[in-house]
Amino acid sequence: MSYDSFVIQFLNGLAGASSLFMVAAGLSLIFGVTRIINFAHGSLYMLGMYIAVACAGKIGFWWAVPVAALAVAAVGALVEMLLLRRIYAAPELLQLLATFALVLVAKDYALWQWGSEDILGPRAPGLAGAVAIGKAAFPEYDLFLIGFGPLMLLALWLVLTRTRWGTLVRAATQDREMAAALGVNQKWLFTGVFALGAFLAGLGGALQIPREPATLLIDLSVVSDAFVVVVVGGLGSIGGAFVAALLIAQIKSFCIGLGFSQVTLVAEFIVMALVLVLRPWGLLGRVPAQARGPWTAERPLVPPSRPALAALGAVAATLLALPLVSGGYTLVLLTEILLFALFAVSLHFIMGPAGLHSFGHAAYFGLGAYAAGIFLLREKLPMELALALAPLVAGLGALVFGWFCVRLSGIYLAMLTLAFAQIAWSVVFQWDALTGGSNGIVGVWPAPWLASKTAYYLLTLVVCAAAIAFLWRALYSPFGYALRAARDSPLRADAIGMDTRRLQWAGFALAGLFAGIAGALYAFSKGSISPETMAVTRSVDGLVMVLLGGIQTLTGPLWGAALFTWLQDTVARNVDYWRAVIGAVILFLVLAFPQGVTGFVGERLRARDA
Amino acid sequence: MLEARGLVAGYGRAQILFDVALEIRAGEVVALLGRNGAGKSTTLKALMGLLPLRAGEVRFGAERIDRLPAYRIARLGLGYVPEDRRIFTDLTVIENLEVGRQPPRAGAPAWTPARLYELFPNLARMQTRLGGRMSGGEQQMLTIARTLMGNPAALLLDEPSEGLAPVIVEQMARTIRDLKREGLAILLSEQNVHFADAVADRAYLIEQGHIRGAGALAEVRERYQSL
Ligand SMILES: Nc1ncnc2c1ncn2[C@@H]1O[C@H](COP(=O)(O)OP(=O)(O)OP(=O)(O)O)[C@@H](O)[C@H]1O
Ligand SMILES: [Mg+2]
Repeated sequence: MSYDSFVIQFLNGLAGASSLFMVAAGLSLIFGVTRIINFAHGSLYMLGMYIAVACAGKIGFWWAVPVAALAVAAVGALVEMLLLRRIYAAPELLQLLATFALVLVAKDYALWQWGSEDILGPRAPGLAGAVAIGKAAFPEYDLFLIGFGPLMLLALWLVLTRTRWGTLVRAATQDREMAAALGVNQKWLFTGVFALGAFLAGLGGALQIPREPATLLIDLSVVSDAFVVVVVGGLGSIGGAFVAALLIAQIKSFCIGLGFSQVTLVAEFIVMALVLVLRPWGLLGRVPAQARGPWTAERPLVPPSRPALAALGAVAATLLALPLVSGGYTLVLLTEILLFALFAVSLHFIMGPAGLHSFGHAAYFGLGAYAAGIFLLREKLPMELALALAPLVAGLGALVFGWFCVRLSGIYLAMLTLAFAQIAWSVVFQWDALTGGSNGIVGVWPAPWLASKTAYYLLTLVVCAAAIAFLWRALYSPFGYALRAARDSPLRADAIGMDTRRLQWAGFALAGLFAGIAGALYAFSKGSISPETMAVTRSVDGLVMVLLGGIQTLTGPLWGAALFTWLQDTVARNVDYWRAVIGAVILFLVLAFPQGVTGFVGERLRARDA
Repeated sequence: MLEARGLVAGYGRAQILFDVALEIRAGEVVALLGRNGAGKSTTLKALMGLLPLRAGEVRFGAERIDRLPAYRIARLGLGYVPEDRRIFTDLTVIENLEVGRQPPRAGAPAWTPARLYELFPNLARMQTRLGGRMSGGEQQMLTIARTLMGNPAALLLDEPSEGLAPVIVEQMARTIRDLKREGLAILLSEQNVHFADAVADRAYLIEQGHIRGAGALAEVRERYQSL
């Protein structure tokens, strides 16, 4: 690499860091005060891009940027007032789910408003040229961005340290309740912070349009980049976000510049992993203070009663007999429901009893699916063997990722699992030779004796029922009790000599393995696999299923999976903008039943009994 | 000035307060005596709106405050000083004071940082020090000063003498008498009878969430010590 091109790549990295920093800083600020991880932050960025592109034609680029940023800030304020305000007291996971629903709604809004084609933005007037650096040319606009990032850092720092509002924000970040007892009205503070965070995201997006076309795919990729930045820099640290954004953007720039764009994510992953092992709370982060809040305890997970077991048995028997009376489409849908039930149960296994809130469980589902396809078509293994071996690959993936994940907890863990899933997705998406890239793998059909819908349905039923029964048994084995002990009082569990990390690691890998079974079954049921199989949306589908069912119930994931899969199938077949509909349904459910549907029904039943 | 009747409150499913009633008149210092875990802090939190009431009524001046959020109660002029201080450790002394600042109000002493530095000379010497870099006694001074910045008419003080060296306790008692002279009404939760003796006009006795006695300090103290 020549000196000139080195300089160019370095400058490229600096320019890329500016937008990344703005998004991550907004995410971090919002989290600091409201304790909500705003999944929709990438969507705000996307809106900023689209609005800026749309306005630039009429009012010119330089006006379009602030207009877009302010419009996004207004959207943010509205979202805070209409939605988040109602759920500050709800469990953290439901809050995340609500912001994810916003992702779906925003995406379909953009699709409806601006169409599915990428839209190229204008050049920045006055900065459309390039400057010579050695023999190479470097865009003037990128030089402007290089300066703009640090300027925003300075501006944010001034706002936070030199204004009364900033002082109140910092106070509320540390202890909301105490700030309220001193007369600080949190409502407007929260709205203001949310609007500021949204402003930064919108600005980041708007400033990016001369460099990149506006696309519907940007939302999740930006938000997972921002998660990586925030995790590396330290949650709640604006300076950390800046340093981490520089680091991550440089890695990207050099990987692309050297012609290794495929390894970009792997490099990011290694850096993040290193940072997390050496400094679990990020480069400039601090150990999070114990959250203050009303006293809560997880409800104990009661073993199923005899009647409940009998009912489950009856359901299983009915399902087994079903092919006698029905066929075709019903069986296909039921096959899907069954394997998603297994997926949801495996996710519930680590989320509920183990307390590890994974936002990237689809990675293991997808690994299972891809491994099955690759074993069958590339390795030419018999289908039965491919089906049996694929989950081991998923388990192995979970073993590797889990090693890092169990070192963290709470929101850090959620973001890390999500980032890992995004990395796994990108690898699959980019590794054409092995995975077929964006086209995926086709022709993943089961062996002849399983080719009929009925036979495959019965196979799925038997495998899933056995797997679910195994996981449930594990919950009431010493291993399961130990997992719950590690969740409820990690210190005490440590003190009595339990190796909580190793336990959770084992739990994580086991859950990954079982998600892999579901994934492999899924691959053969569809006959094809695409990167969608393991996209972030699938992870969130799993979360919705578990949370719909109620996280502290045993059978909840089953009902959640059935309800959600059926709903998605019905809606997707009949409605164009099905994502928005699903998003709206999730929002409705979160607002109406903050304890999950089964949880809600359970409460009602208990109330009636009492 | 502050009057509570029939307070019922608790955490999760546990009920901690049972029908608590008490009253503070203008310019009075009233002690709430009770052993560890009797429910003193819970009472103060319930009055301040930091813990939802399951039943009961609280009046502050002419207003019903039992359904108001904490920030509204604070803005009406009821100050709260928590037992664990809860200084904003990432903020400097002067910034901590700024968080507490509210506009002056009629009928209550008006405080500025300069006046507070007279009351707490230690703080004057460390205005730009981070809250997290202060000793326990200094933090205790700061937490009171911070609440005073809201110009309260009445003050809820949760065990201000706890964990302080005898000299500082002495200073704290003087401060409370100064505040009383300024015209503040004070409800003080205490386990330390000597401290209560030094500052309070009257007392309530709380035991397992029930008010078990009220009246002159000497009487209540006797019952408390015979527990
Ligand atoms: N956050 C909480 N969650 C659950 N229970 C609590 C909580 N805070 C206090 N309690 C319980 O409420 C009861 C009363 O506590 P409180 O703090 O009001 O006592 P106190 O009189 O202030 O005691 P101390 O002198 O130790 O400060 C105790 O039994 C305590 O265990
Ligand atoms: Mg107490």
